[in-house]
Formats: sequence, C-alpha cells, structure tokens
Amino acid sequence: MARIIVVTSGKGGVGKTTTSASIAMGLAKKGHRSAVIDFDVGLRNLDLIMGCERRVVYDFVNVINGEANLNQALIRDRRSDNLYVLPASQTRDKLALTQEGVGRVFEELSEDFDYIVCDSPAGIEHGATMAMYFADDAIVVTNPEIASVRDSDRMLGILASKSRRAENNEEPIREYLLLSRYSPERVEQGEMLHVEDVQEILALELLGVVPESKTVLTASNSGIPVILDQEGDAGKAYRDAVERYLGEELPHRFIEVQKKGLFGRLFGG
Amino acid sequence: MGLLDYFRTARKSSAAVAKERLQILVSHDRIDIDKPSYLPKMQKELIAVIRKYVDIDQDAVSIRLEQKGNREILELNVVLPD
Repeated sequence: MARIIVVTSGKGGVGKTTTSASIAMGLAKKGHRSAVIDFDVGLRNLDLIMGCERRVVYDFVNVINGEANLNQALIRDRRSDNLYVLPASQTRDKLALTQEGVGRVFEELSEDFDYIVCDSPAGIEHGATMAMYFADDAIVVTNPEIASVRDSDRMLGILASKSRRAENNEEPIREYLLLSRYSPERVEQGEMLHVEDVQEILALELLGVVPESKTVLTASNSGIPVILDQEGDAGKAYRDAVERYLGEELPHRFIEVQKKGLFGRLFGG
Repeated sequence: MGLLDYFRTARKSSAAVAKERLQILVSHDRIDIDKPSYLPKMQKELIAVIRKYVDIDQDAVSIRLEQKGNREILELNVVLPD
C-alpha cells in the first residue's frame, strides 16, 4: 500500500509545487518508489518545476477518462529511477477529476509505489478537495504571514472533516507544518512571525523551516527540484524535512540569524 | 544606541501585532466552522419564545457555543428592552 501525502495550503503562491517536487524527489532519492501528481487542472505547473514539460503526452484526466493507461501518462524522472510525474490536464473541465476516478488511479498506483505526493491547487474548490480526500498525511505549506497562516488554519478544519479518513471514522490524517520563505533576520527585527508563533497558532508538528532563498527561483528557472541543490539552504532544509518525515529526529536549522564572523562583517560575506 | 533602542521597543513590533490579530481571527474562524448546523434555527425559535412574553428585537439574542477543553459552553445573551 502506498502512503498518500497531500501538499496543501489554501493560499496560493506559498510554495506548494516547489514542496511537492522536492519532497517527492527526496523520497525517491532515499530509495522509495514515488509518484507526484499535479491536481491543478487547467493551470498545470508541476511539470515545469520538475523540468519535464516537453515530455507530457497524456495527463491525469486522460487516465481517469480511460483515454490512456497509467503507464502511458506517467513520466519517469531522468534524475531518479524511483520517481514518476503525473501531469495535470491543461484544458479540460476541472470536474473531470471525479472522486471515483481519482480513487481508481490511486489504487493502481498503490500497487507499484511507496509514496504518492499530491500537489494541491490553491483554494478550497474541487481540485483541492480531490487532492486531500484520499490522503494519509498532509504537509501544510505556510509562509510566516497572516493571510497564509489563516488559510492554513482553515485548511486544517477541512482536512479534519472532508477526507476519506474523517468520513470513515478512521485515524485522522497526520498533519505537518512546513514553514517556507522564512527570514530569521526579519524575525529578529520583529517584522516577521516567529516559527514558534506560527506553530502555537496552528498547533502542528514542524516538518521543516525553509528559509527565503535565491536558489528556489534559480532551481525552478531550470526545472530542477530545489532539494537537489547541494549548496543552498533551501535544498538542505528540504533534505532535512524528508528525513524527518521518514522518522529521523533532526534539530531544526535556519531558524537563527547566521552570525557573521569579523571577516564576513568586514567584507560582507 | 541605548536611546535608539528605547524608542524602538516602545512600539510593539509588527510581528507581535500580527500574532495577536491572528489569534483572535483564528479562534473566530474555528467557532464558525465547528458551529453545529442547528444553531441558527435554535436562535430563531428562542427569539420567538421570548417574544411571547417580552417585546425584543431580532438582534437582541446572541448565541455562542464555546469549547473549553472537553467542555462545551452554550452562551445565550438576551438584551431586554428598558
């Protein structure tokens, strides 16, 4: 049985697709067979972040409608044999994602994969509810900013009531907080919510803090999940998050301001 | 430096303001979501019952359900006319 992870947030632009791509790649690099699915019908972007946009032939909706089989639609990642991408449809009607159809695709994927990562669209409409319905785990991506925190809280309410697990009175979805675009400098200046403040409000287990980093944009420019960037802090933060998800206990990094040494201060490191 | 610090801490940081606003906002949002669906109907019927005896406005009755630990508190507030 595959474990189904939904990456969600409510608010747009907080880093859901970046996180989906990196978490899926991280799990694959750890040796787990992983599939990452774009649920944003009409506005597909995961293929761009994964760098496979020119290899899209069939999509999620084609599979649900029986116009292609799963193996035809899944795109194998060139950097990891364990990772496959299922792109969203670009043109079709959003309602093409039926609960029954999505359930069927998950069942088939479950035979071959250990993890299915669902990249949810923003909002609380059909695509978002479909992405979360079958989830076992949820990664709630939040920015340290009031609108994002509020929307995340709303999302938690929906996760608790409108999922398969909730409807069947099963053990609830495991929820994790991933705080992204964090700037310790601005937190120190009192301009940004502290990670502990966000945690206190949302009451979630902290999966990771991804610092605001130039590498996120440069990685997406070239279609490389940022987790593969060995140098930057964002890549390190995502690698930590994957380890934590898999049960490793690691101290959180990138929460404190990096103190510059005398040399750094003199020459602006 | 010391003087500057004094002025800086005199005003509450915007992050602290954000946290305060969020705490209020989120607790309100949660009440709305968790609200049982019978609350609006109950409110209407309560107004009707009270109106049999006292002439009150439509908005003179406020009803709130609060969760404190594992206890639920139903708060009913009726403003009687002078």
